[in-house]
Amino acid sequence: MSGTDPGAGFPRLHHIGEDGMLVEFGDRLTMAVNGAAIAFRAAVEAAGWPGVAETATSLKSVFLRFDPLDLPHETLRAHLVDLLATCDWYGVGLPRGRRLWTVPTAFGGDEGPKLEEVAALAGMSRAEVIDALCARPVRVLTLGFLPGMPYLGQLGAAFDFPRQTELTPNVPAGGLAVAIRQLVLFPGQTQTGWRWIGRAALDVFGLTADHPFPLSAGDEVRFRPVGASEFAELQDACRAGRMVATEQALS
Amino acid sequence: MSAAVHILGAGPGLSLQDTGRQGFLAKGLSRGGAVDGLALAEGAVLVGARDPLAIEMAGAGGRFRAEGADLLIALTGAPMSAEIDGTRVAWSASHLLPQGAELKIGGVTRGSYGYLSVAGLTAPKVLGARSAHLAAGIGHRLQAGDRLTAQPAPHKGGMMLPQDDRFSGGTVRLLPSVQTDQFDKETLRRLEETAFLKDARASRMGARMAHDGPGFSSSEHLAILSEIIVPGDVQVVGDGAPYVLLNECQTTGGYPRIGTVISADLAKVAQAAPGMPIRFRFVTLDQALAARDAALRQIESLPDKVTARLRHPGDIPDLLSYQLVSGAVSAHHDHDQEES
Repeated sequence: MSGTDPGAGFPRLHHIGEDGMLVEFGDRLTMAVNGAAIAFRAAVEAAGWPGVAETATSLKSVFLRFDPLDLPHETLRAHLVDLLATCDWYGVGLPRGRRLWTVPTAFGGDEGPKLEEVAALAGMSRAEVIDALCARPVRVLTLGFLPGMPYLGQLGAAFDFPRQTELTPNVPAGGLAVAIRQLVLFPGQTQTGWRWIGRAALDVFGLTADHPFPLSAGDEVRFRPVGASEFAELQDACRAGRMVATEQALS
Repeated sequence: MSAAVHILGAGPGLSLQDTGRQGFLAKGLSRGGAVDGLALAEGAVLVGARDPLAIEMAGAGGRFRAEGADLLIALTGAPMSAEIDGTRVAWSASHLLPQGAELKIGGVTRGSYGYLSVAGLTAPKVLGARSAHLAAGIGHRLQAGDRLTAQPAPHKGGMMLPQDDRFSGGTVRLLPSVQTDQFDKETLRRLEETAFLKDARASRMGARMAHDGPGFSSSEHLAILSEIIVPGDVQVVGDGAPYVLLNECQTTGGYPRIGTVISADLAKVAQAAPGMPIRFRFVTLDQALAARDAALRQIESLPDKVTARLRHPGDIPDLLSYQLVSGAVSAHHDHDQEES
């Protein structure tokens, strides 16, 4: 990862309410900006400053919630400025402890009715789209909007098309959709403006699972294309409570 | 049969709520919890619960029966009409709900969210909290037929807390937020001068503010990359109306934020009934911190403010609403005196 220039004035600190602070690493999504946020959050967690209640990352920032009556704003700000100065967060690389997930995924047909349309938008055949999305792992850029819901990417320029203006109804749990050089994977049935192209055998939010939220920002996901009949069998296994996606530690 | 609250009938917006589920923002789950934390704390003090848990009731209550034992209950938050076996009972107070008796809670008279606390109320923890988070599919909307485990009443209740007025809207204090600078001075001035009305489109996720006149657009309205959002943030949505995020909001959003409601005033936004006036006023961080401190002290001092409900007629604020005659002649049923 290279230390791409995020633009003038970054990283930038903002207050959010009286108990939140945001460290913004850029105003556009790049892998370097996102990587800086993930790496910096890990460093904040490792620092363990008393009074910090919770941290999280977005596509481009680290959010901290803290007790301002215990940890004054100026103290936290000084901590953050000092920590920011310790290295080039855009080039430092992602922290340890991340995981690589391999997730069986069906594309097209009933499991992804917009695949044809996406192929046309990307200027590819359907097979080329599947190849492009499955050839190498994609990063979990952030989780949010819905519980456990990952934003994955950043995809190549061919996938730089907008979301639809109309919403696709009844996209099921596991639904995989694409737009703006990102993939999203839905935790439950929803309607969406993202273009629905596949269905992944991974429950990204499962209250009965050992790990209700399997994914974390910074993890990598490799989608393994499977045919409709294999996917149906895998889904039966999922319903029986088996994790069919596999995981391994990333160094 | 062990002590339980049996829900005989439920309004459309009943759910179990505690102080919420913190620490899952990084996983995409907002904190949830009671939208009126003060009302939750008041209920806990009145029933002697160390770990607050209550039935939150949006707009209207329901019918509840004490099973297996006499129960100690408290009614806090937005005032609602309430009676026990036909006898009107006071709000912001604790009462004995005798075994087999029926508590009937009607619609709100002011505000939006009432709370029914019960001594010893328990529920399983999911991800560290007992709050239902309906938007996330955690817990469920309470319905007729539900039974909630409680404990036998440790005493007869009859205590009360003074009520403030956070139920009718009013001035809500704001801090500048991430995109406040992208709104020009004239727009920010107009935000402070506009008489908003709380829109009927409000839920535990957020509340839209309605007004006459142009919207509050920013210079970079369409160009914002999704960012973490938290309860209190005031997003300017597509039609230019301010939308105040509440406890069960999503965790990321792409609308510009014109400000953030300070924590001390967020319950006022949630509790205002539809059509109530809301005005926004920017304050300094120091003012917001002082208000936060005062709100925490208010909760800490609740035990000192509990008083016994006096029986002297001059101390009963709304004398005509009590069934004095039936209470006076019903010598065989001493709960009538206790509860009126």
